[in-house]
Amino acid sequence: MKILKIIALFFTVTLFLNSCSNNDNGGNPINEEELITTIRITLVTNQGPNVVLEYRDLDGDGPNAPIITSSSDLLANATYIASMVILNETESPAVDITLEIKEEDIAHQFFYQVDSGLNISNITYLDQDENGNPLGLEFSFQTGEPSVGNMTITLRHDLDKFAQGVSNGILTNAGGDTDISVTFPLGIQ
Amino acid sequence: MRLLFLLLFFTSHAFPQICSEIIEGSVEDFHDGSKLIGATIVVVGIEKFTQTDLNGNFRLENICLGTYTLQVSHPECSTKIVQITVPYNGKLTIKLEHHLEELDQVTVKGSAGIDHVTTQLENKIGRDQLESLSFVNLGDALKLLSGVSSLNTGSTVVKPVIQGLHSSRVVIMNNGVRMQDQEWGAEHAPNVDLNSAGSISVIKGASALQYGGDAVGGIVLVEPERIIKKDSLFGKTILTGATNGRGGTLTSSITKTYKNGWYAGAQGTLKRFGDFETPNYVLSNTAMFEKDASFRFGVNKFTYGFEGYYSFFQNELGILRASHIGGADDQFRAITSNRPLVINDFTYAIDNPKQEVTHHLAKVKIFRRITNFGKLEAQYDFQFNNRLEFDVRRGGRGDKPAVDLELTTHSFTSDLSFDAHPKLKGNTGVLLRYQNNYANPETGVRRLIPDYDKLDAAIYALGKYQVNDFWTLEAGFRYDYNHIDANKFYRKSLWLSRGYDIEFSEIVVEDFGNQILTNPVFNYHNFSGTAGFSYSFLKNYKLLANYSLATRAPNPSELFSEGLHHSASRIELGDIRFTQEIANKFSVALEKKEDNFSFTLNPYLNNIQNFILLEPIGIEQTIRGNFQVWAFRQTDATLFGIDIDAFVKLDNHFSVNTKFSLVKGNDTKTNEALIQMPPANLATFFHYKNEKWKNLNISLESNYVFRQNEYPETNFELFLPSTNSFVIVDLSTPPDAYHLFHFNADADFKVLDKSVINIGLTINNILDTEYRDYLNRLRYYADDLGRNIIVRLKMNY
Repeated sequence: MKILKIIALFFTVTLFLNSCSNNDNGGNPINEEELITTIRITLVTNQGPNVVLEYRDLDGDGPNAPIITSSSDLLANATYIASMVILNETESPAVDITLEIKEEDIAHQFFYQVDSGLNISNITYLDQDENGNPLGLEFSFQTGEPSVGNMTITLRHDLDKFAQGVSNGILTNAGGDTDISVTFPLGIQ
Repeated sequence: MRLLFLLLFFTSHAFPQICSEIIEGSVEDFHDGSKLIGATIVVVGIEKFTQTDLNGNFRLENICLGTYTLQVSHPECSTKIVQITVPYNGKLTIKLEHHLEELDQVTVKGSAGIDHVTTQLENKIGRDQLESLSFVNLGDALKLLSGVSSLNTGSTVVKPVIQGLHSSRVVIMNNGVRMQDQEWGAEHAPNVDLNSAGSISVIKGASALQYGGDAVGGIVLVEPERIIKKDSLFGKTILTGATNGRGGTLTSSITKTYKNGWYAGAQGTLKRFGDFETPNYVLSNTAMFEKDASFRFGVNKFTYGFEGYYSFFQNELGILRASHIGGADDQFRAITSNRPLVINDFTYAIDNPKQEVTHHLAKVKIFRRITNFGKLEAQYDFQFNNRLEFDVRRGGRGDKPAVDLELTTHSFTSDLSFDAHPKLKGNTGVLLRYQNNYANPETGVRRLIPDYDKLDAAIYALGKYQVNDFWTLEAGFRYDYNHIDANKFYRKSLWLSRGYDIEFSEIVVEDFGNQILTNPVFNYHNFSGTAGFSYSFLKNYKLLANYSLATRAPNPSELFSEGLHHSASRIELGDIRFTQEIANKFSVALEKKEDNFSFTLNPYLNNIQNFILLEPIGIEQTIRGNFQVWAFRQTDATLFGIDIDAFVKLDNHFSVNTKFSLVKGNDTKTNEALIQMPPANLATFFHYKNEKWKNLNISLESNYVFRQNEYPETNFELFLPSTNSFVIVDLSTPPDAYHLFHFNADADFKVLDKSVINIGLTINNILDTEYRDYLNRLRYYADDLGRNIIVRLKMNY
């Protein structure tokens, strides 16, 4: 009899536990908090109109390919000042990831790589982190003679900013994890 | 006087006329059927008696017709009174209950010492061996058995692989409860503390149908120590310290038993290690901290019994920091570097990425013996598994888990066994199970496994018939019904790209713009069965042959996966169109058992229809660079192989045993090798023991793991912006063969008159060999463990 009572108690407790279990009919969709959908780079020069480059992939690691656009070609032999905006547009309103990167500037750095065929030179970081190392949300470069090619922008996270060459924008020794790695096809004319 | 006895016992019969009858029979243990030698059989009233011989047999001659009372006694057993009417046709089998016989806690058939299957091979690790393994995990311990290898994520997440198959294809029974601990994931290790076990068995197939019909790979049975029915209080403590990981294990257990059958026991384990090390560097962020406890109490009378059991398992473990990588660029960098890209100083701290798993298991079981029939058992068990995975995250989100899954399971099982017939045994039973998975939305990461409710029901029957002393036949069938009702959010782009919008439009519940909520409901009807025989021949030879049919419904990961799997740096895609896997396995085992020489040859063939595998299908461009996309695919597969064990005893001190396992897997639709098949493995153990000198045991193990030469090519080409060139990311080439040596020794030392301390020394990877293992998912990033010296103290009290 005693045993039966114990069993009965046990069943009751577990059923009670079960009735507390969470099942909210599917709940709400979860939007990836750390998702980056959009990179918008505004290139400003005093020799002509601004150029806006945009990489947008609203389904994140879903199957849809990103949409990469540029408002126009770059002007030859010009100096451009670039500033970047990083967004998560799956949220409404869009989340400005740029602020998050600025807050964690010690742990982040952008890198820019240009195809040898594309005449872009003198890429210079215009912003620094607390330690005086480059961050790269703002940078400048000069264009040369008309040409076409790719520019790849990489954002590394938890990298070694003090490693050799890293503060000069050389990726080789940086280490860390890649948050952004996007390639823009560019034309200079 | 004599006349009085005759009158007393022959009341219902006329006085016998013919006195030339014979009573022949045998006396055996009620629990495991072992023959009892020297049992006394007294025919009450006629002063006839005899004793059983070395085979447990007896013979009484010159018995008159009539009804008699036999009084059967044995020094270790309760005396039993048996009524018999002469003439008696056939052999009389008398079963005695061993006084000191350990009670059955676990198996549906009888005591924990016996085989769970008759016609399929069952390999076992006993208590003594387990004690020397108190610092390792279940997966590593099982590797001592031939045909068992492991799928690792580093050295702390170790999943058993039985004859080439793992995860949902391996059923793990922990003290009679089927583990429901999210076993589907490759980096989800079984949540079982080895130190709570008295023995561990592996059945390399699905023939033990009482445990499940979906054990396409096999079954692992973790069974607690047996309880002795006497007034006693006993326990043990094992303390180990290891150089690699600079940590150790403390495990302790205590049990109180009473002669009247009541018992209670408690057991606990603490395991703590810092970063493990290879011969040349620290494996940063591989520390672990595990806390386990279990309690049980109950009563075990001969005719009825009850047990309550609760176990708690909690484990926090770091995942090699260098294995957390972003896109394919990072993957290429990590693979081509011959050292991990992150190496820090040794620490006990566990950082992200890490896992925190908590598993609660509680059960109550009752049984009642039914006179002249068998036994009826009923069990209810409850399990709660919470898996937290922490990732390297941006924006201070590191304290928030990226995966937070709560799996709750209630099961009710009942089993009725029949053992009253000396030659025919059987059992039949039912199972009812309810399971709920809840994915906590607080993670800020899309749900890895959706919320779902699952209902399972099953019915089975198994029978065994001993035809004669040589032949035993075994057969069984099982039917399982699985019902899954899920709430799954799909990215709309994926929903469309997979063509689900056309086939499954009716399951859409709500459109949230980027995502849609669906309500997939699946019903699976699974049939499984087994048939086999065991044939004993010559002297000490035995041939086992078994066919088993196993049917496994696809698991939630195979159905619903959709998205980036960080630890594998790839996008994984499931498919809700999947149907059940159906495996037909044929296995044969030839055994010879002798004191000085024994061997087992176990070839097998496993033919699996609708085998679900994961393979690369392309590259996907994301903002973090390119990722390889792996999709689950259903195909047909054949696995065949052989496990060989041999043992030679050279003299009273020296012995050698060796085991060899080989398995080949083939996708029969594409005629390609299956991925992640264990390479051939040869292990040889040289033992020395001296019972007279402190019970000394010394063993040296040589373990040679061959290179896997059969594998599918899953490499891919990648554009590297940093060098402006295309490179090949080599994910498929298996590592080289390796040869390791391990040493183990232990001896008993007397302390304070009575107590005995057992001191052991183990050295793993004596030569500090650098190696990588094909089945370690972190092999791309780092070497495997270097030398490890472990000291062990065991005290029984």
